[in-house]
Amino acid sequence: MDIHEYQAKEILNNHNIKTLRSILCRNSEEAYKAYQTLSSPVCAVKAQVHAGGRGKAGGVKIAKSADEAKSIAGKMIGTTLVTAQTGKGGKIVRKVLIEEGAEIIKEFYLSLTIDRKTASIAFVLSVEGGMEIEEVSKNTPEKILTVSINRGRGLKSFHILKMFLFLGIERTLYNDFANLANLLYDSFTSEDMSMLEINPLILTGANAFIPLDAKIILDDNASIRHPYFNDFIDEDEEEPLEVKAKSVGLNYIKLDGNVGCMVNGAGLAMATMDTIKEFGAMPANFLDVGGTADAKRVETAFNILLSDKNVKGIFINIFGGIVKCDMVAEGVVAAAKNIGLKLPVVVRLEGTNADIAAKIIESSGMNFIVGESLADGAKKISDIVNG
Amino acid sequence: MSILVNKNTNVLVQGITGKEGSFHTLKCLEYGTNIVAGVTPFKGKTLFNNSVPVYNTIAEAKKEHGIDATMVFVPAGFAASSIIEAVEAEIPLIVCITEGIPVMDMLSVKDALNCSESIMIGPNCPGIITADECKIGIMPGFIHKKGKIGVLSRSGTLTYEAVNQLTKAGLGETTCIGIGGDPIIGSPFITFLKMFENDSETKAVVMIGEIGGTAEEEASEFVKKNMKKPVIGFIAGKTAPAGKRMGHAGAIISGGVGTASEKLKTMEKNGVFIADNPSVIAETVKKALNL
Repeated sequence: MDIHEYQAKEILNNHNIKTLRSILCRNSEEAYKAYQTLSSPVCAVKAQVHAGGRGKAGGVKIAKSADEAKSIAGKMIGTTLVTAQTGKGGKIVRKVLIEEGAEIIKEFYLSLTIDRKTASIAFVLSVEGGMEIEEVSKNTPEKILTVSINRGRGLKSFHILKMFLFLGIERTLYNDFANLANLLYDSFTSEDMSMLEINPLILTGANAFIPLDAKIILDDNASIRHPYFNDFIDEDEEEPLEVKAKSVGLNYIKLDGNVGCMVNGAGLAMATMDTIKEFGAMPANFLDVGGTADAKRVETAFNILLSDKNVKGIFINIFGGIVKCDMVAEGVVAAAKNIGLKLPVVVRLEGTNADIAAKIIESSGMNFIVGESLADGAKKISDIVNG
Repeated sequence: MSILVNKNTNVLVQGITGKEGSFHTLKCLEYGTNIVAGVTPFKGKTLFNNSVPVYNTIAEAKKEHGIDATMVFVPAGFAASSIIEAVEAEIPLIVCITEGIPVMDMLSVKDALNCSESIMIGPNCPGIITADECKIGIMPGFIHKKGKIGVLSRSGTLTYEAVNQLTKAGLGETTCIGIGGDPIIGSPFITFLKMFENDSETKAVVMIGEIGGTAEEEASEFVKKNMKKPVIGFIAGKTAPAGKRMGHAGAIISGGVGTASEKLKTMEKNGVFIADNPSVIAETVKKALNL
């Protein structure tokens, strides 16, 4: 799960990693007061949204007075910020972080991630702080160092030395850097992060390493041992339909097309979306209804699909393995009748009792069409929505 | 022949008395799997289904039974400990069905596996089945029929879709393995591709991948260098947006890595036969085998 910069810094502070003093503000008045409280000659006003690339998009601005902080915050809050990572729709700014200034001598990039290929934890460093790492990696890969850490053996001094030498800075700074690297590694592993990105990590005039920005992705699966993860969820940052689906235990992701999809299993759901596209239509969503596709669950799923006004037809694709298709078919018919579904629905049920299921669908008296196979169903629904 | 499991495989179930564990243990017994024992802490000296002895630990179970494989249904928060218990007990094959194990735990599991001979399948997977002989997992048994195709997949129901086609097309399967939908899994495609290449019954392998990571790319390099048998590939997620987790924890395009198009390009370049959509998997297998 994504969290905000101010939350990320809170986690780092709890692990004794110093960041610049900052205050979270929800309106321009708070920003005015925050500037005064910080009493720094200069402050940054930083939009708090779940997306990187804020600087280039105007989401980070410098204020030199309380009035300026107030006016910048006033303009920023409520606007939609479109960055390289938000998608076309952008993100509405609801909160800003007012942060004190610092004298920057050098800027670096530092991140920790999970390396799927080697099943290890990777430190990634670059001397090009402040730049997007994907760009640096493409254009000047020699400016990036990756150091893999085996989880069992842990971070050792030689790893840290390798990173320090790569940065090419004065030897007197080694102890501070080593201390920071250890603290970052400990916070990454003990808080179950999937990513910790500090861009830039600055070296200040006072010779201190400070994370100027911090982006953390937490491993949702680990919320069982970190109850605070739930407090960090910001539903304003998520697609409302996705939040609604999650609350009823459905896995739903909104897309831009007009064919609503209801499928059991994530892989089959993706394959269904792909097949719809192959036949000239576009999926409106990803939706995995899971193993128990009973009437109540199907009804909830219908309601979520129908909340998306772009949906012109629905394709239900269920592979009944452990669940029996006739039970699913009865559930689909009951749910559709219950909510008075008008949209065309193509139903493809395969597996246990698929033949009985097809009869239930055909004789339901609803606007249902049977798909003989995944491809046949995808073609039928695509033809319908394309007129 | 087949790979890893057959009618003589003796299976232990970890988490045998839980809701999922007990339901699927019964289904596996129905299929004919030799389930010789179960483990649930503090339920030792009881019987599951009036027939399968339950023990508190694997060590206790091992004193009484020869165990070739274990099926893990232990809840996500405790699963890593159970897997490592199986590794330390030197169980040759560990099949973990559990979904939602924290990644940090899986890194520890991988460390344990690296220092052992055990092979792990999963987590977050349907399991392994050798048609008509042994089912260790949650897949519907009836769609499988003894035949000549090996199946590997990161998915569940999409695998059933492929198997159903192979069975209906008269090709049948040797062994089918769901390797798991998580970012860190016990064993990659390559572990099993190697075994299928050496299995005399298997004539071709279907490999079903999806977006996220680079496992399919690495597998296809292996296919090019080391395999004589044809491999038929499919990738789910051509329409998936970047940065979103598509149901499976591992199905995410991040930093431009893990797109379907990149995977398909590399697979094709390395001589994998590509099925453009899931409905033509069996058809593509037939073409690859000149049938």
